[in-house]
Amino acid sequence: MAVATTTAPTASTSGLWSWITTVDHKRIGIMYAVSAFVFFLVGGTEALLIRLQLATPNGTLLSADAYNQLFTMHGLTMVFAVIMPIAAAYQNYFVPLQIGARDVAFPRLNAFAFWLFLFSALFLYSSFVVGGAPDGAWVGYAPLSTQLKEFIRMDYYAIGAQLLGVASLAGSVNFIATIFTMRAPGMTLLRMPVFTWMTVVTSFLLLLSLPVIGVGLWQILFDRNFGTLFYAAQAQGDPLLWQHLFWIFGHPEVYVLILPAMGIVSEILPVFSRKPLFGYAFVVFSGIAIGFLGFGVWAHHMFTAGLGPVAEAGFGLATMLIAIPTGVKIFNWIGTTWGGKLRLTTAMLFSLGFIAMFVIGGLSGVTHSIVPADTQQHDSYYIVAHFHYVLFGGAVFGYMAGIYYWFPKWTGRFLDEKLGKVQFWITFVGFNLTFAPMHILGLDGMPRRTYRYPEGLGFEFWNLLATIGSFLIALGVLLLLINLVKSYRKGAPAPADPWDGRTLEWTTSSPPPVHNFDEIPVVHHVDDFWYRKYGVDEEGRAVRVPEVTGGTVEVEVGGEDHGEAGHDIHMPSPSYFPIIAAAGVVVIGAGLTFSSTPLVGFTLLGLGVIVTLWGLMGWAGEPITKEAH
Amino acid sequence: MAIDAVVDQPLEDPSAAIHRTRKTAMWAFLGSEVFFFGSMISTFLLYRNTTLDGPGAEIFNIPFTSASSFVLLMSSLTMVLADHAFGNGDQRQGRIWLVGTALLGTTFLAGQIFEFTEFVHAGLTIRSSPFGSSFYMLTGFHGAHVAVGVLLLSMLVFFSLRGRYDPDQGMNVELVALYWHFVDIVWIVIFTVVYLLQI
Repeated sequence: MAVATTTAPTASTSGLWSWITTVDHKRIGIMYAVSAFVFFLVGGTEALLIRLQLATPNGTLLSADAYNQLFTMHGLTMVFAVIMPIAAAYQNYFVPLQIGARDVAFPRLNAFAFWLFLFSALFLYSSFVVGGAPDGAWVGYAPLSTQLKEFIRMDYYAIGAQLLGVASLAGSVNFIATIFTMRAPGMTLLRMPVFTWMTVVTSFLLLLSLPVIGVGLWQILFDRNFGTLFYAAQAQGDPLLWQHLFWIFGHPEVYVLILPAMGIVSEILPVFSRKPLFGYAFVVFSGIAIGFLGFGVWAHHMFTAGLGPVAEAGFGLATMLIAIPTGVKIFNWIGTTWGGKLRLTTAMLFSLGFIAMFVIGGLSGVTHSIVPADTQQHDSYYIVAHFHYVLFGGAVFGYMAGIYYWFPKWTGRFLDEKLGKVQFWITFVGFNLTFAPMHILGLDGMPRRTYRYPEGLGFEFWNLLATIGSFLIALGVLLLLINLVKSYRKGAPAPADPWDGRTLEWTTSSPPPVHNFDEIPVVHHVDDFWYRKYGVDEEGRAVRVPEVTGGTVEVEVGGEDHGEAGHDIHMPSPSYFPIIAAAGVVVIGAGLTFSSTPLVGFTLLGLGVIVTLWGLMGWAGEPITKEAH
Repeated sequence: MAIDAVVDQPLEDPSAAIHRTRKTAMWAFLGSEVFFFGSMISTFLLYRNTTLDGPGAEIFNIPFTSASSFVLLMSSLTMVLADHAFGNGDQRQGRIWLVGTALLGTTFLAGQIFEFTEFVHAGLTIRSSPFGSSFYMLTGFHGAHVAVGVLLLSMLVFFSLRGRYDPDQGMNVELVALYWHFVDIVWIVIFTVVYLLQI
């Protein structure tokens, strides 16, 4: 093995300070994952309160005001503080490993994006203690979101979502630069793992959709605080503009939530079927097609807004088109498992559950493209059922599969498979108990975002069932939490390649060293690692290549003069400037909520600008690797 | 199974690689900015005639704004000269062009402040009509981008004067130049759509 020495970062590698100043993509990934899990528990608690309120007719647990805050924060939390960051966690940790890179392109920007995400989410939650949380739904429709000026609640929405968007934007720029310019030699675009491909697509979706809602959120903020008239109908402002701006972001956003999960499932199915992904190029191009079409269907969220028959027909047709690439993917996943040697691990069970649940959610989604039918379903529980089938049964199942699949790489230990399978079945049953009845409730006419319903409308039984199901989901999540804690402490030790994997992250140790790879791998294939381990006999069956054993791979090719052997690997040094800059940006945001008391507002604004500039100046002026100078 | 050892990316000079990475990121960011300004331009087009019988596009002073637009466009020329000088390693001359670019940008901003003051006196404010709201939001955010550009140019001059300018660092003339040209190009669109296109 070639001698590769890592330039040791100046600070220590353990303790709180090392986490605050870290620029290591793996540690940042773990911090994203932990934060997302904590917010998952918070958002889940909000959901349980909602379900308790609706368990019986005329529920009295919550007031209308509390209910409005809870469902708004549940939506915002699950979208912006759970699914997006858990996707970011996987992307941070595994994209550099999958493309054979030592880190992301901009490690400090990466740290900045994480801290900005965390501080913005905490800022959003601080609204609970200063006058109440946002209560205008996660869609924040104007003029509801612009007119109730006695509260500052929707200011927290406008600023919180804006800042979370900036954090995601920074992450997207980083991933695009990383994936397009830092792949290992031989890793052509069509040799990249599907998860990395889906990261490309989601990064572009975020890059091009976040600025659109960014403009809309500024307009809401200005309307509320500075007297602009963007959405003031009495002054011929057009509230429909907000719906357009929101959904031009909002629809690509739902693909941002689901595509990384599709990527994870596309990694897991081949590994546990011991077959290559069926139609790799089709899966990749379908993902790209979903991304493109995702920008052309936003108005199907607005079929009751009165856009006129031509626009409605056009958007209805475009929505139907989405079913094609999505269907292609589903058939490819089924084709992957067809005739494979299936190993029904927990990760595999969640992946198969993902396919089944996503098909149900996808089919109910296709019904929305029929404009007259959608007019009936609009704002009913049918919609709630649909998007929970794609976002929980789809996305969350995919991310849970990812936890079981990649936990050994994170920690060097397996999650408990027996507990995992129990968790899967409880979550699976609980999920269907909760959300399947909502189809019926919606078709029976129960409106969403309504804090109680009277007796005698036939809603009682299905609502009670949904509430029971939601507590089963909670039990499943609790089991996952127990499993994570237990296995982190004393799970069975995992080798570098515990699942007989196919992609590059399994070639390095579990957990990987700071510099990821002692030698940057050279890639010859899709699933390159698999072909290092296996050849093919005359009948097309995989045969293990004899000289490679037990998942350890000898990457050394030549002598000391080969590649980077003998050179120092310069890893970026820890830096506290990203966290300072992120804190400054959030203080600026906090200042904007005090338009009624300008003194406090301007003080915070000024302080925020100074702190941000301090962070950015220090950042720009400090060398990336301190020892190198 | 043929194993074609095609290595399509020869191991390149690390300094060139990091430049490529940074430029890719800057282009991605600018792509995002296109949608940012595109949304505000759309808003303006929606409210172009919604003046509530108050002042509208007729109060624009086309000769004045043409002159300040010319100043901004000339700053792209000085930016190119600065980038060229830094590329040749002549930081002293590069600094002169950087300061020139920043001054031209500041002149444009001063023109915008003057113009806004005139419009407010004529009764066009962010509160007077959706036209006013969308006009000030679009041109104001553009002005903010110019101001950030001036700040970046000043930082470059500062680092260069202190002898701490390093082309391998992120704070880099080439990247600032990309940003600056973008802000100028957006102004060409805004000037056309907002000021010239009066149907």
